[in-house]
Amino acid sequence: MGDVLDGYNQWLDGAWLTFRLTLLGGALALVLALVFGLAGTSRRAWVRGLNRVYVEFFRGNATLVLLFWFFYALPLIGLRFSTMFAAVLALGLNIGAYGAEVVRGSIKAVPRAQYEATVALNFTPYQRMRRVLLPQGFALMLPPFGNLIIELMKGTAIVSLVGLVDLTRVSKNIQGSTGQTVAAFTVVLVLYFVIAQVLQLAVRYAERRVDRMLGRRLPSEPSLGTIAAGAPGTGVSG
Amino acid sequence: MDWDWQYSGDILPDLLDGLRYTVIATLAGYVIALVLGLVWTLLRRSPSRVFNQAIRWITEFIRSTPLIPQLYFVFFVLPAWGITIGSLTAGIITLGVHYSTYTAEVYRAGIADVPKGQWEACTALNLPRSRVWLDVVLPQAIRRVIPTLGNYLIAMFKDSPMLLAINVAELLFSAYQVGAKSLQFLEPITMVGLLFVVVSVISSILVRRLERRYATN
Repeated sequence: MGDVLDGYNQWLDGAWLTFRLTLLGGALALVLALVFGLAGTSRRAWVRGLNRVYVEFFRGNATLVLLFWFFYALPLIGLRFSTMFAAVLALGLNIGAYGAEVVRGSIKAVPRAQYEATVALNFTPYQRMRRVLLPQGFALMLPPFGNLIIELMKGTAIVSLVGLVDLTRVSKNIQGSTGQTVAAFTVVLVLYFVIAQVLQLAVRYAERRVDRMLGRRLPSEPSLGTIAAGAPGTGVSG
Repeated sequence: MDWDWQYSGDILPDLLDGLRYTVIATLAGYVIALVLGLVWTLLRRSPSRVFNQAIRWITEFIRSTPLIPQLYFVFFVLPAWGITIGSLTAGIITLGVHYSTYTAEVYRAGIADVPKGQWEACTALNLPRSRVWLDVVLPQAIRRVIPTLGNYLIAMFKDSPMLLAINVAELLFSAYQVGAKSLQFLEPITMVGLLFVVVSVISSILVRRLERRYATN
């Protein structure tokens, strides 16, 4: 155990990379989710089509396959990225597709009367979205977003397979150099668990704030609907 | 560089060979996930608070750590404890146990979704506990969660490429091997990607059909 912890510098570097990947991938995913999610609520069929193509393609694919595609295949047709960029792209595009479904479903779940009221009040489409639909939809989006950011953090482990030195890679290296298999892999799992718990706390905090803003109480345990929405294979139905 | 159709045709048998392992790992892992998930859920309903919390944290731990280090753990640590297993077996076990913590949440929500009146009726009829669970609660709960469970099968299929971390010869691994031999990665990996999209789209249509069929309201 001592040898494993002596490499704490390596552990810290690995954790830092995992953290950066989570943050950058999450930022890209959030932007993509909002853009394509809002496209999915459009009245124009071709804009909704854009949303479908993006979601089905990137949600239907495994992140690791996407990463290998960016890393090994695309350079052969002249598109060359740094490994870090390829990793952020693969993670962001994949989680963004789940996020887009969450955004679309949440906007649709805002009561219809709210929408009708904005029309009656002669809001512009921008005001309608910005002032009424998004703030209410946002509260619905947060719990599934929380699941997605943890999925994203777990997903970053795949970068160890294309040579980036994240937490997973560090554990493999330390296992190789010290020969302490049990300790190395136990430490890495515990570290990931701690990161996930910190993320979870942050999400809980955000949920509570938004719910207080809307004057609602948080359900203590997720309902079947929320779980179905956060499931990696699915989107919000509706 | 252009797409080489001749080459694509030549590597197809290799990819299909890999697909076989992907399907085996996914399905076998799914069986473990379905059974073990229900076990976790039922264990969490035990009368002891301490025991329930212990189960809760164990499942939380497995759920919130990534699959690849878990694969390493099972594949490298179990032999250190004297249990030797092949890489495919290790992959199946890890995939199954990992997803069992997700299905446990699904079962839990499904059971919570059974109307309270059903429980009260059981009490009123003085049904024994085994009949309450086997004939009243579980049939209703499981019916509700079938579409969600179907989604997790798709999710497991999409996570199965990670098994290449411990050298299981699954689909992406064989694509990589073929590509490494000829240094042409574009065709095999693109084909794998398309295959994943096709399978996912078809299976999500099937799941949507399940949703309609088992809709309770």
